[in-house]
Amino acid sequence: MTTARTGAGIRVEDLRIVLTGRGGGTDVVDDIDLVLEPGEVVGLVGESGSGKTTVGTSLLGYTRAGAMIESGKVLLEDRDVLALPWQQVRKIRGEEIAYVPQDPAAALNPSIRIGKQIVELMELRGLGTSESRLADARAGLEEVGLPSDDEFLRRYSHQLSGGQVQRVALAMAFMPKPKVLVLDEPTTGLDVTTQGMVLRTMAELCRSHGVAALYVTHDLAVVANIADRVAVMYAGQIAELGPRERIFAEPSHPYTRALLDSIPHLSQARALSGIPGRTPAPGARPGGCRFHDRCSVAEARCAESVPELRTIAPDHEVRCLRAGEIGSWDISRGTVPDADPSKAREVILEIGDLEVFYGAKRVVHGVSFDVGRAETVALVGESGSGKTTISRCVGGLHREWTGRIAFEGQELGKGSRKRSVDERKRVQYIFQNPYLSLNPRLTIEQIVKRPMELFGIASGKEATERVVDLLEQVALGPAVLRYQASRLSGGERQRVAIARALAAEPDLLVCDEITSALDVSVQGSIVSLLEELRLQRGISMLFVTHNLALVRSIAARVQILNEGRVVESGSVVEVMDRPREDYTKRLLSNSPRID
Amino acid sequence: MSTTDATASPSALRRALRSKRFVFGGALTLVISVFVVVGPWLAPHGQNEVVGAPFSSQGLFGTDYLGQDVLSRVMYGGRSVLVIALLSTVLGMVLGVLIGVVAAYAGGWWDEVIMRLNDVMLAFPQILLALLVLTAVSQPRAWMIVLLVGASHAPRVARLARGVALGIVSRDFVHAAEALGERRSRVILAEVLPNMNAPLLAEAGLRLTYSIGIVAALGFLGFATDPSAANWGQMLNENRLALSTQPWSVLAPVLLIGLFTIGTNLTADGIAQLSQPGGGE
Repeated sequence: MTTARTGAGIRVEDLRIVLTGRGGGTDVVDDIDLVLEPGEVVGLVGESGSGKTTVGTSLLGYTRAGAMIESGKVLLEDRDVLALPWQQVRKIRGEEIAYVPQDPAAALNPSIRIGKQIVELMELRGLGTSESRLADARAGLEEVGLPSDDEFLRRYSHQLSGGQVQRVALAMAFMPKPKVLVLDEPTTGLDVTTQGMVLRTMAELCRSHGVAALYVTHDLAVVANIADRVAVMYAGQIAELGPRERIFAEPSHPYTRALLDSIPHLSQARALSGIPGRTPAPGARPGGCRFHDRCSVAEARCAESVPELRTIAPDHEVRCLRAGEIGSWDISRGTVPDADPSKAREVILEIGDLEVFYGAKRVVHGVSFDVGRAETVALVGESGSGKTTISRCVGGLHREWTGRIAFEGQELGKGSRKRSVDERKRVQYIFQNPYLSLNPRLTIEQIVKRPMELFGIASGKEATERVVDLLEQVALGPAVLRYQASRLSGGERQRVAIARALAAEPDLLVCDEITSALDVSVQGSIVSLLEELRLQRGISMLFVTHNLALVRSIAARVQILNEGRVVESGSVVEVMDRPREDYTKRLLSNSPRID
Repeated sequence: MSTTDATASPSALRRALRSKRFVFGGALTLVISVFVVVGPWLAPHGQNEVVGAPFSSQGLFGTDYLGQDVLSRVMYGGRSVLVIALLSTVLGMVLGVLIGVVAAYAGGWWDEVIMRLNDVMLAFPQILLALLVLTAVSQPRAWMIVLLVGASHAPRVARLARGVALGIVSRDFVHAAEALGERRSRVILAEVLPNMNAPLLAEAGLRLTYSIGIVAALGFLGFATDPSAANWGQMLNENRLALSTQPWSVLAPVLLIGLFTIGTNLTADGIAQLSQPGGGE
């Protein structure tokens, strides 16, 4: 490890976790050395499958079923958590090392009131006296910026918003005054405003209480705003570790650079790029440098010799044979001009005075906007702003609306069954979650072929050839034809979903948060794919997202939505550089950024 | 969310063969089915052939109330029970799945009406409807029993099918098919049904168990299609008087009914386990 540090905080030494059972001995994570100083937030970043959560929970001496800690130490003030008897480990968990899970709603008991739950925690830990506990609970809630009155204490977890639940979990984690805090993607699923609030609260508390925190996430942009140091994990190993400023200013591992290249900026449009291939699963990791088969600067020796973590600057370590010889990197690499706001537009989709209902409840109030040919229009807002609802109306998936949705001057019916074959063909919808949108029983060929058969575009052998072409276009090989969706990763599934949409030869793609379930590197490649399609085929896009930075890179125009109303709209450059509304400003200032 | 499982998820059959429950139940079912199918050809005597005094100990299982060989009658008597049970299960499953899936897919008002009518049907004990109709006709026919037992299964299957289908019709791939404008029948047949395989198979196994029970019970109560032909259920009734003196005349058919239902039940259990998370998707 770097400079010898002593005493407080927690240190992980030479940790190796392997799979048990069949395929036993295969490492999930390997050669992990990590030091967390008191009051320091360390970001642990990696794509899905990199082993970041495994490392996170190992700090509590825990591994998920099917894996076990083979060797290594987790030293909490010179006690090895991994060697202690379980009674002591149990006492340490929560008391000295606290954990905030990804989905706190699942961690809170739905049938116990919030106040009771916090008091119960203190009883269990033997904190305070029976008189002082309630007051302590109030103080704890105030610390995380929540109300502490009786009304709030009497609520159940389902009566709180997502951000409030996450802050209750945070308050409970801080209650026993832990020395170490492990946060496992605690802001996934929260919208930017809430995420910003939770992150600030967490960082402040860690610093003021001198807690060493490990923040596990897949999103480099999030750690850019809160972490002191950043560890980038790839395929079970730490690829790069260093102070935040150095990681973002002088990333030295090709993987870190590729990750940074795939993150959109708020200040300027970028040509986003993904990382080819996929994160190898345990057991399928290549020899030599584990990244060499996806690396753009790999040499022959990268496939042969295994790189060690090398210190290239104080506190900055890199696991790359070629570190230092691959040139410098610049944050503005890959920027492109913003979409030109003055470009002439030919309107293809027109939405006028749209009001949408769920039963008697009106959720969208008089929304009007239009989409031009070969233009991308983004719908942006927090959760509950009605952005997805609007897109579902356009896609024919929601029927309870009034107003006007016209495609090339022709009014669209309410619901797909009220639309003509041609209309259904030319407007295609892509769903948010590729794990749900592909029938698990069908092969990829059947899935992509179906729209062609349905719309009489092609059939039989010709259709199969077209499917191969389409899969090629979305960067999937013909090998996946006979696969079922379950064999594909999330990014690959989403590509299949895009191929299915393209199979109908649409003029308008409605994309509902299609990258939010995916890793950033995958998001990068999906976005660049869509951009290519837009330019080649002149497809228009209605792009629903909560990620403003992504909007800058992909869209020409943007509609900012709040509680079912458009609060601000216009060209992306205008809205993002000179926001007029407070709501837009707040969204912008809360968006995590690396630029 | 382990997605790169190129090595994992072997074929369903392969996984099924690793489940002890499934293998044991399946083997038991198979053995008895074979016994029932080939029995009539291997039987030492005809089913109505009198071979000795009533309730004597002649032959492996002795003789019955008319002096017919119990072993031979057992070998003959499974066929009608099994065939009727199997057909009524198929009928009950098809009807029930259809009702349940249509209700789940239609949703709203239709769902309410269909399922409330279904509840009315559920209120009848399963065997009651069959008894009512069979006492009214002079000579029960095999198709009547199939129809009645099948119809009594349908509402029970429908409830399960609706529950399973509800979880599937709300998934995005069903919405995607609708957005493309697929016909409703195709959405149900091609998108929804294939995803219900495992729970429905398990239910079919369970329903087969019940069918055998009901068909045997009807035989016991005297509603067999041919009063002189051998029938496991009817044999119980015919010979029950001699339970203490010639127990095999009753025990032999009971054992076979028992073993067969255990077999089908274990098979159903095995399938259900496989379909649960943890047992592999």
